[in-house]
Parts: sequence; structure tokens; C-alpha cells
Amino acid sequence: MDTKLTVNASPSKPQSGFWSSLPYSKKVAPYILVSPFIISFLIFFAYPVVNTVIMSFQEILPGQVEFVGTANYEKLSNAQFYRAMYNSAIYTILTLLVLIPVPLIFAVFLNSKTMRFTNFFRSTLFIPALTSVVVAGTIFRLIFGELPGSLLNEFLGLFDIAPVAFKQSAGISMFVMVTLATWRWVGINIIYFLSGLQNIPHELYESAEIDGANAMDKFIKITLPLLKPVTIYVLTISIYGGFAMFTESYMLFAGNNSPKDIGLTIVGYIYKSGIQKNELGFGSAIGITLLGIVLVINVIQLKFFGLFRKED
Amino acid sequence: MRKRLLILLTLVLIATTVLAGCSNNSNNASNSNNGTNAVNDKKDPSTDSAKPTKLVLWTFNALHQTFYEAMAVKWNENNPDKPITLEATTYPYDDMHNSLLVALQAGTGAPDLADIEISKFANYLKGEPQLAELNDVVEPELSNIVQSRVDIYAKDGKYYGIDFHIGAAVIYYNTELLGKANVNADDIKTWADFEEAGKKVLAATGKVMTTIETGDQWSFWPLISQRGSDFLDKDKKVILDSQANIDTLTYLQNLVKEKIAVGAPGGGHHAEEYYGFMNSGESASVFMPFWYMGRFLEYMPDLKGKIAIKPMPAWEAGGFRSAGMGGTGTVVTKQSKNIDLAKQFAAFSKLSKEGNIEIWKQLGFDPIRTDVWDSPELKEANKFSDYFGDNIFDTLNEIKDEINAVNIGELTPAASDVVKTQVMTRAIIDLEDPAKVLKDAADSIK
Repeated sequence: MDTKLTVNASPSKPQSGFWSSLPYSKKVAPYILVSPFIISFLIFFAYPVVNTVIMSFQEILPGQVEFVGTANYEKLSNAQFYRAMYNSAIYTILTLLVLIPVPLIFAVFLNSKTMRFTNFFRSTLFIPALTSVVVAGTIFRLIFGELPGSLLNEFLGLFDIAPVAFKQSAGISMFVMVTLATWRWVGINIIYFLSGLQNIPHELYESAEIDGANAMDKFIKITLPLLKPVTIYVLTISIYGGFAMFTESYMLFAGNNSPKDIGLTIVGYIYKSGIQKNELGFGSAIGITLLGIVLVINVIQLKFFGLFRKED
Repeated sequence: MRKRLLILLTLVLIATTVLAGCSNNSNNASNSNNGTNAVNDKKDPSTDSAKPTKLVLWTFNALHQTFYEAMAVKWNENNPDKPITLEATTYPYDDMHNSLLVALQAGTGAPDLADIEISKFANYLKGEPQLAELNDVVEPELSNIVQSRVDIYAKDGKYYGIDFHIGAAVIYYNTELLGKANVNADDIKTWADFEEAGKKVLAATGKVMTTIETGDQWSFWPLISQRGSDFLDKDKKVILDSQANIDTLTYLQNLVKEKIAVGAPGGGHHAEEYYGFMNSGESASVFMPFWYMGRFLEYMPDLKGKIAIKPMPAWEAGGFRSAGMGGTGTVVTKQSKNIDLAKQFAAFSKLSKEGNIEIWKQLGFDPIRTDVWDSPELKEANKFSDYFGDNIFDTLNEIKDEINAVNIGELTPAASDVVKTQVMTRAIIDLEDPAKVLKDAADSIK
């Protein structure tokens, strides 16, 4: 309301020229306001994507760039790529299984009036999100060290369990990566769910109570359905986040080399091929493939949840 | 009124943020233009004590940076007519190599000089190398240096890099543990002797004789290089699955089966877990290149005075007792505005006698100029002789002619990668058949 007044008032003010009136023009102002996004989108997103598509059909060497057709895509059919795909897919599924229900339940607890020390728990659960993955990854690497003296092995020792070489086994190292992701992301997802919960009108719960609903009924019949938009959002970014995971595995294995590639993710493979082996064309082909996979999964998932139907 | 001001301010802020990228670039461009002009102007009256020329250098090791800065001071003392200001920066290992690769690929933004680690070097030689050839400074010194240390940075007869060191592979014995088992390190002449000694150490102390890297290549590459094999042959074809390599891997696997050796804790000799393991006397030896000395000083202080540096055991009596492993090639990029000066400074730092003596004094590397190994400066006591004893270079002199050159080609990064991720783990941890492991690995990169 206020803004409108200012806009209307401006013509009555002494005109100080074309440029000063520009931000107040109804035709131009919107474009100016969205231009930062459009420009940064074009420069930092659209251009790289288009260029990556082109590069994925090229062999790129300093001073020698040539088109090689689909050779880069044909090279994708190798054991390392499948391993990376497999790792990323498993990691994504596991993080989805943990990072949606757990924060949801925590958020419900934190939102409950009967819960005590909510502020304390909110901040402690959120603090990991503020730490750098690099620092956290290094600390996790030391916690999950393979010597008997590492923190977790000391702990297992209390129960007479022999020291475990965590980073030698595919299953356990995946567990470590998911643990790291959980520790870091639970807080963020709690914030999403909390904001969703606070938007649910309290009257719904009151009338449900009058109808004799217990806590479980209220959770399943009211909370869950009304949290659907937030859940879809969290699901979408989690799928993307899962497939884009790189730093965690990079830090956990102190470099991009894990035994038998048990920690190699797709992005790790892009990095390994494109940069570490200087095959930017092949790296681009992997990147485009990753983009395709995530796009397809997200579109299917959004369609499944009926997000496109709202438009009509 | 206030609101209007706010909106304007916001717009200005947004505009500056968005345009910041562009304006910065144009500033840089004009700056560097000014820079060139300054240099050109200066070249004419160079007889006067000229203005210093700025040289930018990237490295990935803070110790290297300190070394170059010290060499820049010496350069300016020796060459008052063409002084330099060296702007050296240390970046993390991967960051530096990636940024340099991208800058060279993009054709802008690269420094004058850079350090490139050997396992990455092949990446920079692909296509048309964007590095300046160094033949004019390297060739006059070829007779004084270990030639294989510049050959590894060459392509089509052109030298592109100069190494810091030979990287002679040696073996570090924990004399305290050997003493408990009544083993004399000097009696271990061959790898068969090493195995026997390992059995004694195991029986007497219950400790392992050595550790084998499962996530890195330094337990495998030097051993195959000793017997004349390699990842690639002279024509840069993959020979990872050669018989010599299979025999070597089988030997290492047997050490593990006999419990004489274990996979290095943490996967390699640069892992925190390993440092703790070795430092507390859990392993009687480690075979690593000469440059590993610094890690003992830094991470394994408790072993001070207990470590003896010896030549590696040979495969047969009279065989080669070392291998040239690892390395860092200093390069001059084609993007440099002062290629000649940069080359001269690189040569001064890494090929001159003075530079080579400083390489030992400051970095503890085995310098590539063999004629400085006997010089008095290298006998002076320093932190390395305090730790390892006085006769470090006697060992080096013994083995200087027993080093095969390694073959570095475009497939080296891939070969090294598959050794680090597949070969060693499968052979040493999972105890799979070495022949099959190496065959799979070779097939995956051919």
C-alpha cells in the first residue's frame, strides 16, 4: 500500500530527469527488479549449461578443440561410471529415508507446547548446518579412523567389539556418509518443517479434539496432509542434493580416491575425469547425463505429487 | 522521501553487485596493459638500476613458497640490473592444479611460474602444451644433473619442467625394533632378505616389518621401477599387467599373508592413522622416497634418533637399489609477459649450484645436481641430520646410479588412479589374485 502511494506521489515531485524516473515507471521497473536474477541466471546458469552440452561432444585439449560426435557418451559405459551411479543412487535413497521422516518428527516435537527446552534443542540441532563440510568431514574421518584408538572404535571397545576399518567396507562407509549428511542436514529440514507446521491453523486441531481425535489421529489426518507442500519441496531439494553430493565423500576419504571406488559419487567422477584427468569433454558428458537423470526423477516425482495440476 | 532513497540505494547496490564482475575484468585488463607498458618502457633504459619486474608464482606447498622467496632475494643480490618482485602464493594441492589447468585452457589468468606435481604433469602436456619450453636453460646443465629428472617433464624433445629433487626411493628402518630382533639393517640386501628379516622381527617383537599403501602408489611403483618395469612402457603403452608387475604384487601380497606386513592404517603413509601407528613403534620399516624425511620430522617426533636411512633392498644381488619417485616440475607458462626472465629465475632456483644447496638446506630434498652432493654445505648439521644422523648423503651417493627413469605419458594419471583405487586394495586387503587384479586394471585404462 505504502509503495503505491510513493509511486503515485512521484510525478508531483520536481522531475530530475529520465534516469531518476526510470525506477518508478510501471513498464520498466519490473524488468529492472528482475534483471539481477535474469542476468545472473543467464551468465552463471544458462550459458554454462549450453556450453557444457556443446563441450560434451568435443575433445578439449589446450589449443586443440575438436568435435568427436558421441564418443564421450559411448565412453560412459564403464565400470567406474556405473559404480558412481550406484553409489549416488543408494546415497540419495538412504538420505531420503532418513532426512524426511526424522526432521518431520523432530519438528513436530519442537512445535509441541508440552515440549520443554525447545529453543535449546532447536539451536543444537541447527548448529551442524553452520559448520563447514570440510571441517566436519575431517572430524568424521578421525572419529571413524580405523585404529583401535579412534573415537568410535574406543566406544565399540566398551562393548568388546573389535576395531572396525570403517573406510574399507562399502556398506559401512556409505553408513558414515549418510550419518554425516544426517548430522548436517537434519537442522535445516527441521526449519522447513517447523515453518510448515506453524502455518497450520490451530483451529483444525481444536475442532479435531472436540471430535475426539487423539494425538496420532491429529498427526496423520491433519499435520501430514497439510505439510505436503513443504514435504515436496524438501524431497525435491534432497534428491538433487543426494545426486550432487561430493564434498562429504571427498573429505571422508581425504581426496577423491576411495578403495575400490566405494565412495565415488557422480560429481566425484566428473571431477576425476574432467579435472584430474583433464578430459573436460568426457566430464561434460557425465555432467549432462547427471542433469538428465535428476531432471527425469524430479519431473516424475513432481508429477506424482500433482504439482503440475495446480497450474490449470 | 526516505523510501525513495531506499529504493534508489537498493537499485544501486544491485547494479553494482551484478556489474561487479564486468567492471573488475575491465580493470584487470587495463592494469595488465599498464603492466606490459611499464615493462616495455623499462627495457630500454635497463642499464640504470631498473624497476623490478613482477613475477607471479603459484605453488601447493608452503615450504616451496618460502624457498622461492629466499631465492628471489638472492636473485636480486646477484642481478641488480634485472631485479624481480616475486609474488608467490600457496594454494591447496588440488585447487592450484585445477586453477592452473583451467587458466591455461582458457588462455588467461595463469601465473608466470608454477609448480606442477608429477602425477598431474601429463595433464598439462596434452594437446599443445601451454608451457614455455625450457631447453635453452636446461640443456647447458644436462651433464651436471640427473637427466631423468627433466626427461619426465619432456614431450617431443622439449623440456617443460625442472624438478626439485631426485626422489630417490629409500627405506627407513626403525633400528630399535630391528635391534630387538637382532637384525642388522645393512645385512638386508635383497627383498628375499627383507622377508626373512621380517619373520625374525615378527617372531621377536610381534610387530610388523613394514606397511603397504593400499590407497596410494608408493609401495608399488618404486618396486616395479627397480626391476625396470613401470605403469607405461617407453612408447607410453600400458604395461601395468606385465609379468614383473605381477611378481612384485605377489611378493607384497605374500608379505601380508605371512603377517610380515599390513596395509598401512588409513590407507597410506600420509594418513593421520599411519603417522600415529609408525610413531608408536608398530612397524619396523617404511619404504618411501627421500622426500618423506620431512614427514618424520613433522609427524613422528618420537622416532628421532631411531631411524636409519638405507638403500632399498634389490630384487637380486647387484640389482638396482632405488627408484626416482614423485617430483614437482617448475614450469613457465606461455601466458607470462616475461618468459625469458621467468625462465632465468626458474633455472637460478632449481638448476644452479646455489639453488640446489638451498633445496637441501631448506626443504631436505635430494637435489638434482649431483655435483653438490659432496659439497661442504650438505654436510653441515641441520634439522635433518639431527633426526637421522650425519651420513644421509652417503646413502644417496651409493645409489645415485641405480635409478631407472619412470615413463610419464598421457595415461599416467589414469594408471596412477587405478592403482590407488583398485589394484592395491584388491591385492593387499581382499587378497585377490594379483594377475587378475592387474589385468582388470590394465584393461580398464587401455
